[in-house]
Amino acid sequence: MKHNQPVYTDNDPQNELVTLNLGPTHPATHGVFQNVLQLDGERIVSGVSTIGYIHRAFEKIAEHRPFYQITPLTDRLNYCSSPINNMGWHMTVEKLLNIQIPKRVDYLRVIIMELARISDHIICNTIIAQDTGATTTFLYLFQFREHIYEIYEEICGARLTTNIGRIGGLERDFNDIAFAKINKFLKEFPVALREFESLLNRNRIFIDRTAGVAEVTQENALSFGWTGPLLRATGVDYDVRVSEPYSSYQDFDFEIPVGTSGDIYDRYLVRNEEMWQSVRIIEQALEKLKSEPKGIFHADVPEFYLPGKEEVYNNMEALIYHFKIVMGEIDAPKAEVYHAVEGGNGELGFYLINDGGRTPYRLHFRRPSFINYSMFAKMSEGMLLSDAIINMSSMNIIAGELDA
Amino acid sequence: MAKATNTEIIDLLGEKFGEQLFDVTEPYGLLTFSTTKDKIVNVLSFLKENAKINFNFLTDLTAVHYPEKNQLAVVYHLHSMVSRVRVRVKVFIHENDATIPTVSTLWNSANWMERETYDFFGIKFEGHPDLRRILNMDELGVFPMLKQYPLEDPNRVDKKDEYFGR
Repeated sequence: MKHNQPVYTDNDPQNELVTLNLGPTHPATHGVFQNVLQLDGERIVSGVSTIGYIHRAFEKIAEHRPFYQITPLTDRLNYCSSPINNMGWHMTVEKLLNIQIPKRVDYLRVIIMELARISDHIICNTIIAQDTGATTTFLYLFQFREHIYEIYEEICGARLTTNIGRIGGLERDFNDIAFAKINKFLKEFPVALREFESLLNRNRIFIDRTAGVAEVTQENALSFGWTGPLLRATGVDYDVRVSEPYSSYQDFDFEIPVGTSGDIYDRYLVRNEEMWQSVRIIEQALEKLKSEPKGIFHADVPEFYLPGKEEVYNNMEALIYHFKIVMGEIDAPKAEVYHAVEGGNGELGFYLINDGGRTPYRLHFRRPSFINYSMFAKMSEGMLLSDAIINMSSMNIIAGELDA
Repeated sequence: MAKATNTEIIDLLGEKFGEQLFDVTEPYGLLTFSTTKDKIVNVLSFLKENAKINFNFLTDLTAVHYPEKNQLAVVYHLHSMVSRVRVRVKVFIHENDATIPTVSTLWNSANWMERETYDFFGIKFEGHPDLRRILNMDELGVFPMLKQYPLEDPNRVDKKDEYFGR
């Protein structure tokens, strides 16, 4: 099968099946990827997924960039929760370099990552609602993603592709406005989320469209490599934050919601509950920050952490380290490391092989969207087209993460 | 279930496979070992089906190119969610004979991961149900992650890596 040849070449006029090209640019796919479907009426008989429309060769580029230049590449994987990708990458390098991160930095990072998780889940859940026909909820909750972006803006200056943090910590401390905005968000968001839930959770139309649709067994989900909310909706309580705690997640008290049948309704409920848990984690983090010494926002590792500009201009040591880091001449051990974080869509893994050069010898991203999506065409067989569309939005496939 | 230790796992594997597992290391606490391509399916299915360790999940499958040794390494990351432990299995194969049996019979997730590995490294997974390119176009003609292919157009003089500190 070639990409410039038709997938289905049956020209028999007696054939009643219709071939439908869903994508690559179709408003219902929410991203650039294609499914060629064979339809019998409204029912899907078979399908073929074609991906790679925004493949940008990140793994190849990463082999030619020093560590700190790879952070902007990770932004563009799952661009709905780029801070999680950034932190995941920083933590991978910190693991390689054996850097101990101060607790305060861990907590600040947890705040950023949980905000990112909320913004990711907002997108997915409101879009499920949107695709079932409920525009109100979409517009209502989506403004909170905007508020989260304003918090990012306060912390790092950017909104979508954040490039937040540095290897060894954060590039700057949270300012008072950032804390004020986080507190404002924590006050307003639960109200809106509760209202969002009251509009959908017991909504007859919404339940009819989602409950019992695209059910997945635990065995199937594990075999297809599902992680994240999709896997938890089937009832497997696997979450990297608990199973292998990173960034001091073991200090926090939170629950991992699980579903039972793995259908779209369960996925929706799991994501909603995760947003509540994220709010809880952020509240706890803010509480914990009060007992931590103020002003610490990076580990004391001058040979790896990019110094501030003022120091570079006034201090010889800082100038030397600045030069060495920018030229990629840091002494990293020759080793290989795998580090995973719980991304918005599941286990986001970084497999890094370092051979002591300026750049990674090999860097592989374990991208949850890519692995989760491989089941989609098979799942769609026998499903109504309109159900397959909601199924796709409930899998939260982000084209950047799908194609890397 | 208590966390299985790396020593337990390697003892269990050693009993079963003996000399066919080699280069056992533990970088950053992650048990890593190599095996041969004749044994890889046996090793992985043993890891998957053994009730005591139960590596039920294929986290990641990828490859690495070592041009100076004329070798390609296929790297499998397995995860046992119950005993919360990971393991990394490597198989080194020769560049000119880049074939290895598929593991998509054990895990469905291997299907796309093997397609991706084929797409970028040209490794042929024998027995794969649908081995074709996944992210690149069919006409590409090369396997771009092999080290002999440069990132930028080699004829350009303004994009040399050394000018950019890389």
